[in-house]
Amino acid sequence: MTAFRSAVVTFPGSNCDRDMAVALEKISGTAPHRIWHGDADLPDGLDFIALPGGFSYGDYLRSGAMAARSPIMQAVVAAADRGVPVLGVCNGFQVLTESGLLPGALMRNAGIRFVCREVTLKVENSQSLFTAGYSAGQQVVIPVAHHDGNFFADEATLDRLEGDGRVAFRYAEPVNGSARDIAGVLNKAGNVLGMMPHPERAIESAHGGTDGRALFESAIKGLVGA
Amino acid sequence: MKVRVFVSLKNGVLDPQGRAIQHSLEGLGFGGVKDVRAGRLIELEVDETVTDAALDDMCRKLLANMVIENYRIERVAA
Repeated sequence: MTAFRSAVVTFPGSNCDRDMAVALEKISGTAPHRIWHGDADLPDGLDFIALPGGFSYGDYLRSGAMAARSPIMQAVVAAADRGVPVLGVCNGFQVLTESGLLPGALMRNAGIRFVCREVTLKVENSQSLFTAGYSAGQQVVIPVAHHDGNFFADEATLDRLEGDGRVAFRYAEPVNGSARDIAGVLNKAGNVLGMMPHPERAIESAHGGTDGRALFESAIKGLVGA
Repeated sequence: MKVRVFVSLKNGVLDPQGRAIQHSLEGLGFGGVKDVRAGRLIELEVDETVTDAALDDMCRKLLANMVIENYRIERVAA
């Protein structure tokens, strides 16, 4: 197995970047590059890019809006367009929708309140790089912690996402008002996944659950072999 | 010159914040409020040379999220 070359981007206000880096290092055996939002370039030959959770730029204007226009995101968009896998979790998902890499938008939770708890998800698509370690219909428990996780897209877009198998995860019960209970979506090519739940917070038993582990394991296995 | 950009949610997009504001108004005893939609006002101070097209571009690229929001630009006489 060749070394897994990954990167975690830190924006001002990111706070899950360390968790993400620890998860990638523990599961792949190689520490990820730590990239600052003001950097213009990513290291060459990356296998995987992660945009972590947090409150980049204090959620000013809209969650993820400022981060999506930061210098490094041009490089992330270019890498995603070349097919490099990109995982955005929570604020990272918001950055992906704001940058146009994923459709839709993440609005204030329908119940107004910040939601911080474990939720049960249903794996909808087990064919993607990120979800191949799960089986379709499997239920997994992964924590959420967000204020703006209410996924919105127009009906035609939602139909297209469903029809193309681009809904990766769905909440097993309503959590934040998301359209069709969508918790995670893939881009058309399948190399970009955005999700509100935090798989990096469910990788060892001390976390209270390990259901997030398979996401990283399947991505790493798919990219650099077992 | 001063430019005001009004950003509002598109019709059909549910507005949880507007709904909470409406509930609070009801709680304060104000009757007859049928709906509340919360938006955002952004004031820019720009050179006279900044064109309408440039302002439009600013709205589309950053100030509004075209998936969920509309915007209206108003130039304010000095």
